[in-house]
Amino acid sequence: MSDWKKIAPLEDIPRQGSRVVEVEDGSIAVFRTGDDQVFAVRDACPHQQGPLSQGIVAGHTVTCPLHNWKINLESGEALAPDDGCTNTYAAKVEDGMVYIQL
Amino acid sequence: MKERLVLVGNGMAGVRTLEELLKLAPEEYDISVFGAEPYPNYNRIMLSPVLAGEKTIDDIILNDRAWYEENGVTLYTGDPVVEIDRVKRKVVAESGLEISYDRLLLATGSNPFIIPVPGSDLPGVIGFRDIADVNAMLEAARTGRKAVVIGGGLLGLEAANGLQRNGMDVTVVHLMDILMERQLDKPAAEMLKKSLEEKGLKFLMETQTVEVLGEDHVTGLRFANDAQGNASVAGGRMPGATGEEIEADLVVMAVGIRPSIGLAQKAGLHCDRGVVVDDTMQTFDPRIYAVGECVQHRDQCYGLVAPLFEQARVAANHLAKMGIARYEGSVTSTKLKVTGIDLFSAGEFNEEEGDETLILQDPAQNVYKKLVVKDNRIKGAVMFGDTMDGTWYFQLLREGTDISGFRSTILFGQHDLGDAGHGDEIRVAALSDDAEICGCNGVTKGDIVNAIQTKGLFTLDDVRAHTKASASCGSCTGLVEAILSSTVGEGYDAKPSKKPVCGCTGHSHDDVIAAIAEHELKDMPAVFEHLEWKTPDGCATCRPALNYYLLARWPEEYKDDAQSRFINERAHGNIQKDGTYSVVPRMFGGLCTPSDLRAIADVCDKYDVPEMKVTGGQRIDLFGVKKEDLPPMWKDLADAGFVSGHAYGKAMRTVKTCAGKTWCRFGTQNSTGLGVKLEELTWGSWMPHKFKLAVSGCPRNCAEATIKDFGVVCVESGYELHIGGNGGIKVRVTDLLCKVDTEEQVLEYCGAFTQMYREEAHYLERTAPWVERVGLSYIKKRILEDEAGRKALSERFRVGQEVAQVDPWKARAEGEAAHEFAPLKITA
Repeated sequence: MSDWKKIAPLEDIPRQGSRVVEVEDGSIAVFRTGDDQVFAVRDACPHQQGPLSQGIVAGHTVTCPLHNWKINLESGEALAPDDGCTNTYAAKVEDGMVYIQL
Repeated sequence: MKERLVLVGNGMAGVRTLEELLKLAPEEYDISVFGAEPYPNYNRIMLSPVLAGEKTIDDIILNDRAWYEENGVTLYTGDPVVEIDRVKRKVVAESGLEISYDRLLLATGSNPFIIPVPGSDLPGVIGFRDIADVNAMLEAARTGRKAVVIGGGLLGLEAANGLQRNGMDVTVVHLMDILMERQLDKPAAEMLKKSLEEKGLKFLMETQTVEVLGEDHVTGLRFANDAQGNASVAGGRMPGATGEEIEADLVVMAVGIRPSIGLAQKAGLHCDRGVVVDDTMQTFDPRIYAVGECVQHRDQCYGLVAPLFEQARVAANHLAKMGIARYEGSVTSTKLKVTGIDLFSAGEFNEEEGDETLILQDPAQNVYKKLVVKDNRIKGAVMFGDTMDGTWYFQLLREGTDISGFRSTILFGQHDLGDAGHGDEIRVAALSDDAEICGCNGVTKGDIVNAIQTKGLFTLDDVRAHTKASASCGSCTGLVEAILSSTVGEGYDAKPSKKPVCGCTGHSHDDVIAAIAEHELKDMPAVFEHLEWKTPDGCATCRPALNYYLLARWPEEYKDDAQSRFINERAHGNIQKDGTYSVVPRMFGGLCTPSDLRAIADVCDKYDVPEMKVTGGQRIDLFGVKKEDLPPMWKDLADAGFVSGHAYGKAMRTVKTCAGKTWCRFGTQNSTGLGVKLEELTWGSWMPHKFKLAVSGCPRNCAEATIKDFGVVCVESGYELHIGGNGGIKVRVTDLLCKVDTEEQVLEYCGAFTQMYREEAHYLERTAPWVERVGLSYIKKRILEDEAGRKALSERFRVGQEVAQVDPWKARAEGEAAHEFAPLKITA
């Protein structure tokens, strides 16, 4: 089952920030980047499960607040020299509303 | 169509410029390179080890032909450019090849100076400059027996050593009375001469060559006959010398280099000793840039590699049309590459009037170290026998560090510094591979050496990124640098004295602070635009720094950017490893009442706080609070009269106090009362780093005021003010700033010192390293000697505090930034 789920109006997520969406098996961090694109990744850093939603967003990357790993929001992959990957979910904005695909 | 860039000179400076340019603007130009030699770019400073048989030519190639191909650079080797036509904007090579250019980069290097005496053009007389010279020397060593090197400088001695290693009988002829006079003082030069003599080299000092002898090949040299020129030869200590003549099968002239400017002169470019350039490395023709040994910049010509690389960075920046970098000249350091001889020199090592000299001399161990010091700053250094700390002294010199704090032990080296945190453990070369270098990240010497070798790392930042060594607390940075320099040797590119804020910019913290003030930059986009940030919206390193600098400079106008703050400061609590937060209410001066404690206890019950702890800063930490519980909890605390303790921020933290005169039989002043006043003055203030205060009621100092950023020790007659201390990884005891008479003065001086730190320190620099960097005397000058300045600082602090002293907890309890604390729900 891959359904688009309606989350919230885009303006509810701060630019260069994120909001957390609780789902059955954990949390998803929904990011809004400086260019108003949205990305959804599992809210757990591949390193030690730090909450990525709490990190600083720059470009299309987020820096984990625990040990400064940088995660590419498009792919969920850690930037070199670190190595690891977190789940990503499709996300989109339609008519000012944010949707993610679960 | 892309613009065309032609590089004339395929050497280290020119090709380094291309490397830097390709990093900045890979698609900007079609690039062609002309080199006179038949090789791709090689490491010219490693010719000495090649001559000495320690390395092969393949070992010293820096960019092989594949590199040129991969980067789309057309390379013409063995084909020197013979003409530049500036009107038609084309170059003509020896082969007749003509290529037009939009930009031209001259990097023609230098030529060995051949002294103009009869016979200097005979076969068998060579310079020491390129691979052809090395081959000629190696060939001569196979057939000939006697070699004479004219010139006892760096290059001459390396040549002499190499020839001797190849089995030749070598004599060095030197015009001066000391060897390497441009790098060494007399005692060090004497020690060097003795060591080289023990290796078998012979020396003719204060000797001037007047003629090269021989018919169709060199057979010998004749020296000047006047008393001065002939002095030591007449001493008759030289076997083989007749007093006036010496036999030679090979003569190497190493008396210096001259910038190679023939081509530039012919093209009508302004030249003096070298091709004259400005601070952007541009020649008098705006389309033509020049770098390297052919260049004359602010009257200086350089022949060492570090300045050339600095020039390369600047030229690349301008070729990439970024237009911001400036070259302002270099301070250089030198090491002699003769195996078994350790020698280092830097800066102005011959003392002048008004300088002080620190010397350590141990003839038994053949060790000599000299530092020339002025106003507690290093001007120059000469070291022989033990050069382990050369890099450190050079860093202190370039950064202009005030050494007064460790001057008495500085000659014993960095490892002898009491607060270096590493005790006697050092001499990296002697450490075993399993020795732990970085305690924070558990990185061993072997890990670092392995990463440097397998991944080809050259800089401290590379090593940090790949191994995490020195990436946390940084106290092992010196060690990591030492390993880096001992592993990669001469290739190690010492870090620039002006370190950029991060990879998003070439500007240093000081540049940014100055630009924000001078150009009235009042928001982050303005900073990015004015300073030409390389990334559209910065990174997690620069954004918090910029946010702080803007806030500190424009407290009334700048709107704080929550998204540029680390999560602790955005959520106003400390994130813990399980993602929960801790809450620390402020207790002014550590004082509290039964109802305060009851309110805290009630809050803990209501929100199921799993653990409470009394902190070192005399307040109470509540652990394990869920993020969404923070705002209601803060509301309850605010209702009971508490404000945020800022225990989570780069901010003013606490004022620790002792019991004081009210209760303590030793107390001299009301330390708790003063502590409360200081905390009321300073709470809520954002700082470059955390900032702690303390007030002790007497010199017994129970509040530990002498390891705080600002500490007060009360005495019968007033108040001693101490600054720049901290606990932590490197404990630092405060420096005494001054003594004052009244509490009002304490508050004024505290405000002034705090504001000076807020305005001038780098982001994430605590007061301890800041005080060491700028020097106590500078701070005293600003705070003690300049009364108007002190009052102005104190007033600026007060103005900032009017804006800053709004309790962030109460604001959020009332709904501010609610999105920060509540998760979203799936609505459909």
